[in-house]
Amino acid sequence: MAISSSQLSRRSLLRGGLASGVLLAFHMPALSASGAAAPADGKSKFAPNAFIRIDPAGKITLVMPQVEMGQGVYTAIAMILAEELEADFARVALEHAPPNDKLYGNPVFGIQATGNSNSIRAFWNPLREAGAAARAMLVLAAAQQWRVDPSSCSASNSEVLHATSGRRIGYGALIAAASQLTPPKNPPLKDPKNFKLIGRSLKRLDTPHKVDGGVVYGIDVMLPGMKFATVAASPVFGGKISRVDDSAVNKIPGVHKVIVLDDMVAVVGEHMWAAKRGLEALKIEWNEGPNAAVSSPQIWEELRSASTQSGAVAKSTGDVNKALSQGERLEAAYELPFLAHATMEPMNCTVQLRPDTCELWLGTQIMTRVQGTVAKLTGLPPEKVTVNNHLIGGGFGRRLEPDMALSAVRVAQHLDGEPVKVVWTREEDIQHDVYRPMYRDTVSATLKDGKVAAWKYKVTGSAIMARWLPPAFQKGIDIDAIDCAVDMPYDIPDLHVEYVRAEPPGVPTGFWRGVGPNNNVFAIECFMDELAKKAGKDPIAFRRAMLAKNPRLLAALDLVAEKSNWGQPLPTRAGRGVCVQPAFGSYIATVVEAEVDARGQVRLRRVTSAVDTGIAVNPDSIEAQLQGGLIFGLTAALYGEVTVKNGRVQQSNFNDYRMLRIDQIPPIEVHVIKSGEAPGGIGETGVTAGPPALRNAIYAATGIPLRRLPIDHDALASGRST
Amino acid sequence: MTEPKHLTINGETRSVDAPDDMPLLWVLRDLLGLTGTKFGCGIAQCGACTVHLDGKPVRSCMLPVSAVGSKAVTTIEGIGRTTAGAKVQRAWLDLEVIQCGYCQSGQIMSAAALLAGTPHPDDSDIDAAMAGNICRCGTYVRIRAAIKRAAGDAQA
Repeated sequence: MAISSSQLSRRSLLRGGLASGVLLAFHMPALSASGAAAPADGKSKFAPNAFIRIDPAGKITLVMPQVEMGQGVYTAIAMILAEELEADFARVALEHAPPNDKLYGNPVFGIQATGNSNSIRAFWNPLREAGAAARAMLVLAAAQQWRVDPSSCSASNSEVLHATSGRRIGYGALIAAASQLTPPKNPPLKDPKNFKLIGRSLKRLDTPHKVDGGVVYGIDVMLPGMKFATVAASPVFGGKISRVDDSAVNKIPGVHKVIVLDDMVAVVGEHMWAAKRGLEALKIEWNEGPNAAVSSPQIWEELRSASTQSGAVAKSTGDVNKALSQGERLEAAYELPFLAHATMEPMNCTVQLRPDTCELWLGTQIMTRVQGTVAKLTGLPPEKVTVNNHLIGGGFGRRLEPDMALSAVRVAQHLDGEPVKVVWTREEDIQHDVYRPMYRDTVSATLKDGKVAAWKYKVTGSAIMARWLPPAFQKGIDIDAIDCAVDMPYDIPDLHVEYVRAEPPGVPTGFWRGVGPNNNVFAIECFMDELAKKAGKDPIAFRRAMLAKNPRLLAALDLVAEKSNWGQPLPTRAGRGVCVQPAFGSYIATVVEAEVDARGQVRLRRVTSAVDTGIAVNPDSIEAQLQGGLIFGLTAALYGEVTVKNGRVQQSNFNDYRMLRIDQIPPIEVHVIKSGEAPGGIGETGVTAGPPALRNAIYAATGIPLRRLPIDHDALASGRST
Repeated sequence: MTEPKHLTINGETRSVDAPDDMPLLWVLRDLLGLTGTKFGCGIAQCGACTVHLDGKPVRSCMLPVSAVGSKAVTTIEGIGRTTAGAKVQRAWLDLEVIQCGYCQSGQIMSAAALLAGTPHPDDSDIDAAMAGNICRCGTYVRIRAAIKRAAGDAQA
């Protein structure tokens, strides 16, 4: 199939280059707030809504309201729009949306943000309606031209057809007439049984130029006269500059300028190497401030102390205290560490700041927030701040923050209008992240007749929502932190869930792929295995008995049991562990098979997932997201931990913040279940599924119930000898 | 020391003024505009910066430009003109390996070097050649399958 990603690459992304000197930037014209009116260049284009543009030659351009960071969403969005539009999918072109919350805001967040595996869930209906409305207008325009009943016409392959007369006309020839029509309010949507694109594993539109170096990520932007800079923020969170000795910098060739701000130093050079060497040559004295003594043991102590308090009640059914007093009470606490995102593309932003405009180039998950915060910083009106978004070299939640744009603009404020590309070193990226919070989840439960009778559960950790989206933080409840705890899949009569907000001193926390469900799926699924053991039941049989009211999850669990050879013999010190989760609107059951050697080292043997994500827009992308998400989660389970000592993050690069590599990866099978339900989220589901399934496999292999991540290899080694 | 250096990159001679100790990575990216080669870690831990010197994979982030000498540099922009490189690129797309794609320049360079020297790699050959390349999106399962596909050994 001839895919238009070359157009994506050539036309809609900024292409620069010293070699060609050509600069091609495609910006969407300013659109009216209604989205229904024609854009500024609408005289020549049919623009029935914010997402669809058709020119007189029939070229269809689809505007992407969510950002592409590898999850395949550009392809899925294009498939949904093209399906209802009856567009020739082989010839659609894609364009990044400009910042505009009214037109492109995610309906769930209310702002133009990409995250929480929300893109297809939130945009499924709006995109279908946008495509269907445009199709209805084109059909009506053709019918009026032919003086026939519109219901006798149909659309296919970017043409309108009149079957009885055999007439046909391309969309391009209809745009003038169609532009005069009012978009219908409730356009008829296609019957899913007539879908031609949705449900097929079509090739991704963003990948062809990812194999030849042709895609321009934010970090690849090249502008005439551009300078290169790198920065150092205080190694201690919240510290300030005390004194900078730059006497050694003069010896570094290519250094242009040293910029000393109150909490950050930047070196600007002719290339990144000059900037990096220049920064290393500075002697910086920091006023370390109030966090100079903060260390991980203290943060854990504070978190554990906070978790003994009563929390805000997030959910309560039945009488949990009464139920807990009847029968043997089992208790456990599960703890998760700080994590860095470590996107492969380090933090960066390119800025050109002039007296009355600011233009930025970067990959961000929050277009409008970058625009707004830069406007505030510079005092410019938002419309004078242009944000050019790029394909993103890994988001994982890190690019839901605008800090890399703000620090780049602060550097540009000390230049004379020349563009500057600010790139963080990997060390800066790891040590100045916005970390996945530490969590402590405590749980008490009783068993009755082989099932969980009472469940009292408390989450303690950061309230990211309170900072990031304050309206979503109500009555002391962070709806992200408790996600998957309040909507447990199991049928438990007496259930009580609380949340305690506990913010770590100095350490910034933020969203990390898998978000709130990371902590809750882990604690719930680990404890389920401990309860199953207490009840003398097989872990899958134990769960099955409590999932009768959740048929989609039950079906996924049964499928994964079959596909993973659950119950079949394994070598000694090998085990299988299961995790079920109704997270992000998808129903997933996962089995990890692992073995533990005498030194406590863990080897992954096999991973099997069964997923019901509703209508699978692009099944191959769903498989890929599960495969990758599982590895992301298993990496964290095996290695992931950011620690703080004397106010500083101790990890710095991939040598001490380890990643799983190809030689450690087992076969990973993903079974996508056919479903007619509305699409669920997928990008984060594997991340939450992997860690508890691995931990439960280790539990099965060794009998050791680990209750913290990352996996403690020493505990596994010593556990064998006891 | 900064003095003109003459490099052979993707079959063309390019002259740059660069300090002797400047890693080839930054010469390619910042002086020559060949941005397909990626910065990931700066300490040869992630493989995103992999290029070929006379066909052998090297981490350009720690290779001083003065050490390149007359050796032929091949980058992701030129690898498609080699037999192994073209096969790898094709297999990467056929099996839809790529997600964010940022590490994939390095993955493709490592895979192309593997196949050029070992036309039919087994799993341990793949492990040895590819374990230096980190993929944060976790595309490893498909990378392995695509290398076999490119070698003509795949059932996939």
